[in-house]
Amino acid sequence: MLKYLSWALFAIALIVLPQIFTSILSVSILNQMCIAIVFALSYNMLLGQGGMLSFGHAVYFGLGGFMAVHALLAIENEEMMFSVTLIPLVGGLFGLCAALFIGSFSTHKAGTVFAMISLGVGELIAASSLILVSFFGGEAGISADRTFGPPFFGFDFAQNIEVYYLAAAWLFLATVCMYLFTQTPAGRMANAVRDNPERAEFIGYSARRVRFISFIFSGFFAGIAGGLFALNYEILTEQNLNAVTSGNVLLMAYIGGLGFFIGPMVGAVVLTLINSVLSNYTDLWLLYLGLMFVLTVMFLPRGLTGFLMMHRTPWHLGKLHLLAKPYAITAVPSAIFVLALVAIIEMSHSNAPTFNFLGIALNPDSFISWGALLIIATLAFVALRKTLPSLRDAWDTANTIDTKPQERT
Amino acid sequence: MIEVLVFATLNGLVTGLLLFMLASGLTLIFSMMGVLNFAHASFYMLGAYFAYSISLYLGFWPALIVAPVLVGLLGALIERYGLRRVHKSGHVAELIFTFGLAFLIEEAVQFFWGRATKDYRSPDLLDFPLFTLFGQNFPAYKAFMIFISIAIFIGLYFVLTRTRIGIIIQAAITHPHTVANLGHNVPLIFMAVFGVGTGLAGLAGVIAGPVLTTFPGMAVVLGSIVFVIVVIGGLGSLAGALVASLLIGLLQSYAIASDVGMPDLLAWLGVSFERDHPLNDIWRLTLPQVAPILPYLLLVLVLIFRPSGLFGKRES
Repeated sequence: MLKYLSWALFAIALIVLPQIFTSILSVSILNQMCIAIVFALSYNMLLGQGGMLSFGHAVYFGLGGFMAVHALLAIENEEMMFSVTLIPLVGGLFGLCAALFIGSFSTHKAGTVFAMISLGVGELIAASSLILVSFFGGEAGISADRTFGPPFFGFDFAQNIEVYYLAAAWLFLATVCMYLFTQTPAGRMANAVRDNPERAEFIGYSARRVRFISFIFSGFFAGIAGGLFALNYEILTEQNLNAVTSGNVLLMAYIGGLGFFIGPMVGAVVLTLINSVLSNYTDLWLLYLGLMFVLTVMFLPRGLTGFLMMHRTPWHLGKLHLLAKPYAITAVPSAIFVLALVAIIEMSHSNAPTFNFLGIALNPDSFISWGALLIIATLAFVALRKTLPSLRDAWDTANTIDTKPQERT
Repeated sequence: MIEVLVFATLNGLVTGLLLFMLASGLTLIFSMMGVLNFAHASFYMLGAYFAYSISLYLGFWPALIVAPVLVGLLGALIERYGLRRVHKSGHVAELIFTFGLAFLIEEAVQFFWGRATKDYRSPDLLDFPLFTLFGQNFPAYKAFMIFISIAIFIGLYFVLTRTRIGIIIQAAITHPHTVANLGHNVPLIFMAVFGVGTGLAGLAGVIAGPVLTTFPGMAVVLGSIVFVIVVIGGLGSLAGALVASLLIGLLQSYAIASDVGMPDLLAWLGVSFERDHPLNDIWRLTLPQVAPILPYLLLVLVLIFRPSGLFGKRES
């Protein structure tokens, strides 16, 4: 019951969100989110569910996208006649074909060998895309126009909002399919092979074939994401299949949390927001992103979703409220510490004589500003360290079942 | 023809030996901790940038010593406070940690030194042509690079096979628990190896910076190639790393210097494809054009047909 309710909520959120955030910018951010979620979920089919660490997942995204642009061009030149709504499927099928070919030799082994092959294939295809100009368009990429197809119930997809609803529909469909995949025997076996390939082989499954199946489906959904990208931006370049895009999807999935189906979705939403919002405020946002990523790997190995899920036990024990106060106490010095650090970083980067941070005027040339910030940061850090033991104690109490003192009989 | 060959060989040797300095550290770290350090080339970049900043005040020669030491110390600190913490979450987490580190170091370099290329130059002392062959000069600095790389190889080989520390390291690679039971501090050895490995990468950066230009993208340029070398040579094999480095260096150098391509091959075979076709580009490829992708092609082929690499004994 809860399951259907969450799917319904997901669908409602997809429909309602652009009605709440109506500006052009927010619709374009929502579009990016749809694409990123499909892409990140497809990546998690490999890493989270199949245990295959890939450094070249953008290949399937990019190849699907390029094929989708070619399909758009074919519609434009009246060589083919089908609705633009099916373009993501074209991308998906081409991603599937590419994954069929590459997976046939790369899924022999998981682990480092797989990771290295994916890296090699990724670099190979990214480099070839600059050489094979007629398909990839070289440095400039290829572009098309999405409005030439036959109208779909009166929509010609000239507006971004129309593209959003198309992307949202595909997102919903793809998410349902990927979720259902995890429930199939193939999806279950993917988990088994991830955890212990030897045992899986002993009960009669070929680990290689199980990996291969996950791999081609993952390529298919990455291709769909690429097709959505092609529809949204109407252009694809080498950047969409190179290592940067591959790294990005790894970041999304990992920060979101690999162990949960919803994890990559959270990661995709958070990172897209950071990408588009933070980059408006500071040109150092990539530095913060890198810091955030490294800190996530160090302190939250199960990602943001994993962190939230850690609170399931206190929730079931009815002790979640016990954590509220310690969290609040720790949050104050941590917030001050982070803000002071950000101020230091931003100040050392700014060239202007005065520098405004949260309404406080700072002077990059004066020792007073520097000293004050350093002292604040140090004090906040010391205070933060002081609050940690009580937080840990509260955490332990919140996670233990209360036992009544037993009476002796 | 012969002059092209000679200079391509010399340049390939310089690149190959430089790559070896990176690959040797990477392969040592890998064989010891089982971690493929994605940030290895980032330490190489840090070496170049540190040396640039130091050379502004003290000149090139002090920088040659100080910068690698600084990079090594930084590497050891990162191992102690970052990698060791992630270690308990498994190998994938470690790999992802170093991946994030590479990302972070690139951004940090842009933050401290800016996006522009730095004017980091080779010392005046070595700024003369060592010899002139067929009317072309061979700079003394490149000979210096070759000299340093070979010295490092001999030094590493000596330390690993002839000294007590080297023997402990070799033992810790295969039997860390036994070594720990014998009373050696294995985590400390790990930290030291990581420090030395990153220090070597830093040294490579110091001597490569003036030749290959010092800019924030220099880690990306070499990063994946070094991986290719370590994998082709066989993970954990120092000799394999040397052979693969020279192989890749020479291969790329010859490919760039050559002027043949598919058109020549087709002409020789007497075939022609002159129809208008999307795959027509393939028939027009030349060898210099495909030079950047040759290492990756080799990598994929090696991994398919011999996953343990040329000299490797194990696959992962």
